[in-house]
Formats: sequence, structure tokens, C-alpha cells
Amino acid sequence: MPAEPHLHAPGEGAGSELSPLELRVRALETVLSEKGYIVPEALDRIVEAFETKIGPHRGAKIVAKAWVDPEFKRRLVADAGDAINALGEFGPIGVHLLALENTPQRHNLVVCTLCSCYPWDLLGLPPFWYKSAPYRSRVVIDPRGLLEEFGLSLPSDVEIRVSDSTAETRLFVLPMRPQGTEGWSEEALARLVTRDSMIGTGLPLRPHEVSP
Amino acid sequence: MKKAQLNALPSLPRQGDEPVFAAPWQAQAFAMTVALYEKGLFTWSEWASRLAAEIKRAQAEGDPDLGDTYYHHWLAALERIVAEKGAAEPRALEQTREAWKRAAERTPHGRPIVLEAKDFSQRRHPPETESP
Repeated sequence: MPAEPHLHAPGEGAGSELSPLELRVRALETVLSEKGYIVPEALDRIVEAFETKIGPHRGAKIVAKAWVDPEFKRRLVADAGDAINALGEFGPIGVHLLALENTPQRHNLVVCTLCSCYPWDLLGLPPFWYKSAPYRSRVVIDPRGLLEEFGLSLPSDVEIRVSDSTAETRLFVLPMRPQGTEGWSEEALARLVTRDSMIGTGLPLRPHEVSP
Repeated sequence: MKKAQLNALPSLPRQGDEPVFAAPWQAQAFAMTVALYEKGLFTWSEWASRLAAEIKRAQAEGDPDLGDTYYHHWLAALERIVAEKGAAEPRALEQTREAWKRAAERTPHGRPIVLEAKDFSQRRHPPETESP
């Protein structure tokens, strides 16, 4: 970045500036913490968790487990929240969570047409495009064309089922296990599971796409 | 669907490896919402409906809504729901914004900005001592 021109001579006592957005957020934080609704330190912990601990690697672990453990998969498809909470690996999934299983005949695709409801507990925060109006509208109008834009061409005999995630029920896709992964460990399989494959805009990586 | 129609649809905004939050204010707005929900100030359905309403309103006002303004809608929805629930009145928020602005102006560049009682101007009282 080129050097910024000096707008203030040194020693002039230039003040600081907060943008209108920063002012609004700081005012909310001040008023809400004065009234005891929030604790600033707790906010830092929430942000830290979402920046470092919670992310699609959680979902990848669950998908890989379902690939190797048929009993876990059965429970996951019946009630994903319960099945994941029973593992006790990460904090409780607070919302109703459903796993949509892909089959050779059916490919699932998740959207929130109203805003951006998304299984945060499992996948972290949604990607940029998931929150955009073009995705939210096109997924309903032309899912097959949308998937092609993501580089995913599905055979015409595969049904694409679009499901709307809501505030009460969050959805994620349980993709099919890639071929050529017989005998792989759960850890190795988890590396094949991408975020997009759990939204439905992609497929898991194939064995040759990950470094051994 | 014909190709021409397809091309008329808006294209998807795509970014590479995006950070979780593009700016600290987004992280703070997000975390406050989660904290207030956990405290039980509102249900997640109530929140989702306010956020959806803000997005709809912004689109009606001409926002192409490509995802980059998402946290603007989020912040507006948060201000709305805390007002509705009586947790933070719009007037108190406005006075506190003004106070933060004064705090910033008197703080030399590069120093942490700290809000003090004197930043609430003489004519107005801090929000919690204000009488109706």
C-alpha cells in the first residue's frame, strides 16, 4: 500500500475517528453492558470461538464418522442434533439440526431464502455467497445452473432437492463417500469433506485431490 | 430454462478465502446478538424474522444485497430488536454514539479510545440517569 499523505502535521494533536458503523456498535455495547445484558469479556470469547474453534472441520468429522459407522449414520439421519450431542465432542448443538443424505439418485442443496440460517455449531459462519441475494434466489429458480457455476455438473437423472434452512431447523448435507477410499481412517476421510459439500454446492474431494 | 434467461440472472459474488469477519465491528455485532439470544432476550426465530425484514427493506431501497452489506443489515436488525425488547432505547443509543464520537475526537490518534462521563455533554445526561 502506498504511503498515506500526512493530513495532520506531527504534534498538531489530531484526534481519532470512529466510523458511523463503529459508533453504532460501540454505543450498543456500552448501553447493553451498563444495563447488564452483556459482558464484554464474554463477547470476546464468542468471537474467538468462531474465529478459531468452530468451523467446517467439525462437520467434516461428523460426516467421516457417518461414512465408517453405519449405526452412527442411522442416528445422524434420524436426529442429527441428538446424534452429535451424544458424541460429546463439542459443545451442545442448541438448535434442531437435520442431516440430508445424498444418494446416487438425489443431491441435496441447502439455502435460507429469507436471511442466512445456517448450522453454525457444525460449520462455523456461512460463506460470503450464502448470504447473498443471487444465491438465495437462483437456488430456487435454477439449481442445476447454479451448481454448474460452482463447477458441479450432475447427471440429468440425479434429482436436485433444494431445502430451506430456517431459524428452528438448520440443515446440512451428508454427502456420499467418494469411491476409492475403502479402508481409509476417519481422520483421513474427514480431510475429503469440504464445507461446500455439506451445503450441497460441491462434492467431497476425491482421493487424488488430497496430499497423502 | 433458456440460456438467455440464465444470463439475465445476477451472478454470484465469489471471494477466495474470506476471513470470518471482515471488520471488528462485524464480530462485535455478531457476538452481541449471540450473547443476547443466550441470555433469552429473544428467540432465534424472532431474530431471524427481524434480520429477514431488514434485508427485504434494504433490497427495496436499492441494495443489490451481494453479501457485502450483510452485517449492515445485521446491525440494523440488532438495533431494532433491542429497542423492541426495551433493552436499549434509540435515544440512549444516539446519546451514547455522540459520546463515543467526542471520546474519539479528544483521543490522540493511535491511543485506545476510552469513554468517560465527560463525553456525555452537559445538556444531556447519561442514559441511565435520565428522567422521563
